[in-house]
Amino acid sequence: MSFSLPTILPGRGARVVALGHYQPSRIVTNAELSSRIDTTDEWIRSRVGVRTRHIAAPEESVTDMATAAAVKALEASGLAASAIDLVTVATCTPVIPLPNVATQVAAALHINAPAAYDINTACSGFSYALATAHHAILAGSARHALVIGAEKLSDWTDWNDRTTCVIFGDGAGAAVVSASDTEGIGPVVWGSDGVQGSTLRVESRDGKIQQDGQKVFRWATSSLAPIAMSACKQAGIEPAELAAFIPHQANVRIVDLIAGKLGLGAAVVARDIIESGNTSSASIPMALSKLTEQRQIPSGAPVLLFGFGGGLTYAGQVIASP
Amino acid sequence: MSQPATDAEIRQGLAEILEEIADVDPANATDDKSFTDDLEVDSLSMVEVVMAAQDRFGVEIPDEDVQQLKTVGDAVSYISKRQK
Repeated sequence: MSFSLPTILPGRGARVVALGHYQPSRIVTNAELSSRIDTTDEWIRSRVGVRTRHIAAPEESVTDMATAAAVKALEASGLAASAIDLVTVATCTPVIPLPNVATQVAAALHINAPAAYDINTACSGFSYALATAHHAILAGSARHALVIGAEKLSDWTDWNDRTTCVIFGDGAGAAVVSASDTEGIGPVVWGSDGVQGSTLRVESRDGKIQQDGQKVFRWATSSLAPIAMSACKQAGIEPAELAAFIPHQANVRIVDLIAGKLGLGAAVVARDIIESGNTSSASIPMALSKLTEQRQIPSGAPVLLFGFGGGLTYAGQVIASP
Repeated sequence: MSQPATDAEIRQGLAEILEEIADVDPANATDDKSFTDDLEVDSLSMVEVVMAAQDRFGVEIPDEDVQQLKTVGDAVSYISKRQK
C-alpha cells in the first residue's frame, strides 16, 4: 500500500511494530445481568450494543492485566525486555495511587530503568499515551516503548445501576512502538472540554462511575467526527483511504454514527464493544490487536485510532498497521 | 433557512426525521403522540432527532429544553417559536 505519513524530523520516525491484548477469563452475559437487575438482553443490545463483557477476578489488578498484554506485545515484537526504555500505561482505574502501574509492569517484565509513567485521560488514554511515546522517540528520548491501555472498570461500577453496569468491562491492550527511519505514526489531534467534565465522573474515592448518558451521547455524536477528520487531514490522508477505523468502544451506536459521518470507504470499523463491553483506555489497543491478529488489516495500511471520553478528552492519530 | 418554516412544514420535517432515525411511520407522527410512550423513541434516538431538527430548522435546542419536549406537538411549537 502506497501511503506515507508526514515527517517532522527528516529520517526520524516511529512505528507500532507489535500488539497484544489480554482479557479476564470470566465472561458476563446480558442474561446473567438480567437475572440480577431490572434489564433485558434486548434493551442492552439496542441502547449500548454489548452482548458480553469480561470481568476480572477480585484479586486480578490493572497491573496484572497490563503486564499480561505487554508480555504478548513484547513477544510479538521479538525484542528483549532489556531493549524497552519507555513504559507508559493509560488507565483511570489503578488500585493504588503509587507506585504507578507503569513501574510495576516494568518490574514484572524485568525491564531495567525505563522512563515509566501513567496517563489518566480516561477513554482517550491510549491515543494520548501513544502520542507521548511517539514524541519521546522523535525527540531521541526513547527507542523502544511499551504503550499500554489497561482498566478494571468493574471496581468502579455500581452493579445495581442498570444505566451504567451494562456498559463496562475489564481488559488490557499493548503496543510496542519503535524508532524507525520512516514515519508510521501521524500527528496527534488532541484536546479536552473540561466545562462538560461532570457528564462522566466518579465523585469520591469510594464512589462509582456516573454518567449523563444523553449529554455524553450528544457530545460524542455531534462534536467528534470533525476532530477525527482533522486527524486524517493532519496525516495527509482521506477517510476514504483508511483500511480501518478504531474508535474508542464507547457504545456501538456512537461508533456507527461517527463512522457514518467520516465518509469511510472499505475500512474495517472496530465493533469489539459487542463482545468486550466498554473498556475505556483498553478498548482501542484491544480492538486493534484483535483485528490485526485476525488479519483484517493489511500490514502497513493506514488505520485511524480515535479515543474520546471522560474529562471530557479526545485524541486521535493515523498509524501504519504493524 | 431564509423563510421560517410553517407549523405544517415543521411537523412534516419532524415526521421525516423520526422515520429516518427511529423507524416511526410518518402517519403516526401526530401532535398528540408522546415520543417515548407512543412512538417508542428511546432516549439516545431522541438526542439524534433533536440534533437533526437543529440542523434542519436552524434552531438551537439545548439539553435542558429537550426534557420538556414530550410530544410531537411540543416540538412543533418549540421549533416554531424559536425560529422567529
